[in-house]
Amino acid sequence: MPPDTARPPLLLTLAWRNLWRHPRRTLVMLFALVLGIWSMIVMAALIRGSMEEQIRKEILNLTGHVQIHAPGYRDDPAVEHRFAVTPALAEALRTKAAVAASARVRVPAVISSERESAGVVLVGIDPPGERGLSFISKAVTDGAYLSTPDDPGLLLGRKLAEQLETGLGRRVVLMSQDAGNQIADRGFRVVGIFDAEPQAMETGYVFIGLGVAQQMLKIGQDVSEVAVMTPDRKGLEGIVASLRAAAPGEDVAPWTELQPLLVLMERLHNVVLLIWFAVVFTAMAFGLVNTLLMAVFERMREFGLFQALGMPPRFILGQVLVESLILLGIALALGNLTSWISVTGLKGGIDLSMFAQGLELVGMSPVMYPALAAGDVAAANIIVIVLGVLASLYPAWRASRYVPVEAITRT
Amino acid sequence: MTIILRLAWRNLWRHKRRTWLTASAIAFVTALMVFLITLQLGSYDLMVDSSLRIFTAQMQVQREGYLDKPQIRKIIPDAAALAERLRAEPALRGVAIATRAQAFALASSGTRSYGVQVVGVEPEHEPDVSTVPRLMKSGRFLSGRAAQEAVLGAPLAKNLNVRVGDELTLLGSAMDGSVAATIVPVVGIFESGMRDLDRVLVEMPLASFQELFGLGQGAHAIALLAPDLARLPPMHRDVARLLPAAPALAVLDWDRLVPGLRQVIEADWTIDWFIYVALILVVTLSILNTFIMSVLERTRELGIMLALGATPLRIGTLVFAETALLALIGLGIGIAIGSGIAAWLSVHGFTYPGLKEFMGQYGLPALIYPKLSPKAILIGPAVILGFILVAALYPALRIRKLQPVEAIHAA
Repeated sequence: MPPDTARPPLLLTLAWRNLWRHPRRTLVMLFALVLGIWSMIVMAALIRGSMEEQIRKEILNLTGHVQIHAPGYRDDPAVEHRFAVTPALAEALRTKAAVAASARVRVPAVISSERESAGVVLVGIDPPGERGLSFISKAVTDGAYLSTPDDPGLLLGRKLAEQLETGLGRRVVLMSQDAGNQIADRGFRVVGIFDAEPQAMETGYVFIGLGVAQQMLKIGQDVSEVAVMTPDRKGLEGIVASLRAAAPGEDVAPWTELQPLLVLMERLHNVVLLIWFAVVFTAMAFGLVNTLLMAVFERMREFGLFQALGMPPRFILGQVLVESLILLGIALALGNLTSWISVTGLKGGIDLSMFAQGLELVGMSPVMYPALAAGDVAAANIIVIVLGVLASLYPAWRASRYVPVEAITRT
Repeated sequence: MTIILRLAWRNLWRHKRRTWLTASAIAFVTALMVFLITLQLGSYDLMVDSSLRIFTAQMQVQREGYLDKPQIRKIIPDAAALAERLRAEPALRGVAIATRAQAFALASSGTRSYGVQVVGVEPEHEPDVSTVPRLMKSGRFLSGRAAQEAVLGAPLAKNLNVRVGDELTLLGSAMDGSVAATIVPVVGIFESGMRDLDRVLVEMPLASFQELFGLGQGAHAIALLAPDLARLPPMHRDVARLLPAAPALAVLDWDRLVPGLRQVIEADWTIDWFIYVALILVVTLSILNTFIMSVLERTRELGIMLALGATPLRIGTLVFAETALLALIGLGIGIAIGSGIAAWLSVHGFTYPGLKEFMGQYGLPALIYPKLSPKAILIGPAVILGFILVAALYPALRIRKLQPVEAIHAA
């Protein structure tokens, strides 16, 4: 018997040569495997991408990574649920864990033009502070963004301006309740018109200066919320804990708590992806097992001869498994490569704006940006290689079971 | 022809294992497609039906232009009388019809004010077109046409801090621009499941509404709901025929009233077909090998047939017939299994982890019932058959390259 060290390369050589006895068959099988792997990974990238985009939008739509409110505000966003930014809290917000932080007044109000009225959410903002924190600093397409917290102007969504039959430079009246439960109203000039997505942002929110809002509502320096942006939307436990310590009486919540639906959706997508992986794999496995079985049956005599010459059955088993491993390995390499190429090629986004209104209804963005997640790629690769080898066990086991004499004499 | 079929049938069973594996691959993907498509179509119907039944209804008659810019002065004159005429029409028997008037107003309780959508409804007809009257969380629905009372959504009631028995002040502007103000007791609080609706909707009897807002006998919409969506096209024609010539009224189907709904369906249908085609391709390629092998291993036999005078066309037909038979076996089993599962689920309903919470957010039921119709069952298998037959052309066409003498001497 040759030394053990020579065995693995021998199996490898044998398997490699056997694979290319029928190049067409091997290529067709490879193509099927590559297509399957490609569809797994690209599908994952599309789902992750649209999910990421949705979370990114939601965070920019006045959510931020962490929000601080007075207790009770989230259930009942009224003016009496307000709080003061204490020096301790202001200090905590200045740490490097927070890229941007800004205070807002955010209460329900009624806006009226000369002709129409609508219910809206009045948002008093610190205009420089909102930069990098929410969409509004970049959303003004007509007129100008507010300059200071005491800017007397008002920003109005395009769709709402249409519905109110008003426009840039015209006057509107905002009406809300002040700290003493009296009706507070004040006239504003529309200095900017903004575009936003989804449309509910355009029709549901108007922006004024924070100082003006505080004065109108007679709440001194109090605010409704402080929104915080951090470098990464994951791993917020640290900053949440330090903000809770700095503002012990208030309600500090990360976005996962503010938007539970998004978290739920992410979980749902994981289930859908796993099902898809399993389904594609099953489809591939039929072909893989069938092709290997064929390859085994036509080599019956050969396997018999090997055994007659003294090759132990486990080596024959090993040979078929190595064949399958090579096939799966090449397919995975090509599958990962083609997926990477197509995802990179689609970096600019897939335009689904023909379905824009519908996608908006379910909270999806009209442009889909595929995003590869390491976890998904790893899951697809592991599923294919592990289950692929398991599926090849049957043909391999059949090959190792031929009785030498019978196999050789069979034509 | 029969001889070809008999030959094809016998050839198929030369390699029982291979044939069964291939047929199971086809059956697998067929069953999966039947299941997924019936489920998908079932979920569309469910989504459309259940979301329209909440409030919008399947069709509305409105003044031309009201949909884009809902202004209070765009009324249907004598709306209730028109609705009565529609109800009397024999062609519209079984269709629920209700008149509504709508306006924006400021709703205030003792301490709180919110901008709301006030809808005047006919208490005796509204329960037929909307589920809101049946989803009262506390109290009761409106009692009579001219009663001075109101019902409102649960989150709105919470925000306004009102309970059944409390008084609600409504402040808006009437059709002639004068102030419309009233105080009405809250007699009921509803929860429709659609949060966006529950947060803004206040319903009061139509006659009280018309008096409050100075509408005379006018209203803004006549909502129609048929027992099922299939009746929509003839209903549209009948209603359009019965409308008075002036002023210009529009008959709006649900896809105009809620344009997003149809787009969600179209986007979902389009995206899912990309996925389905990828899956079918993987399976087709996986089984293409079987077809190729079955020709390659019979090179000698086919050569002899050629030498004996069979035309390449005849042999090609034979090979094609084998594939078609194999495909039909697989499709038959797949359709049986797929529609069996779908039929079982159409009685018991389908759900998976996380779906219930997700659907609940959109006010949709968590159980999906697959839609069993010939079209829903057969569309997937038809596409699969198409792909397989195209794949089967390849080996069948190879026959034409066969040279009898060389083929007979092939190993």
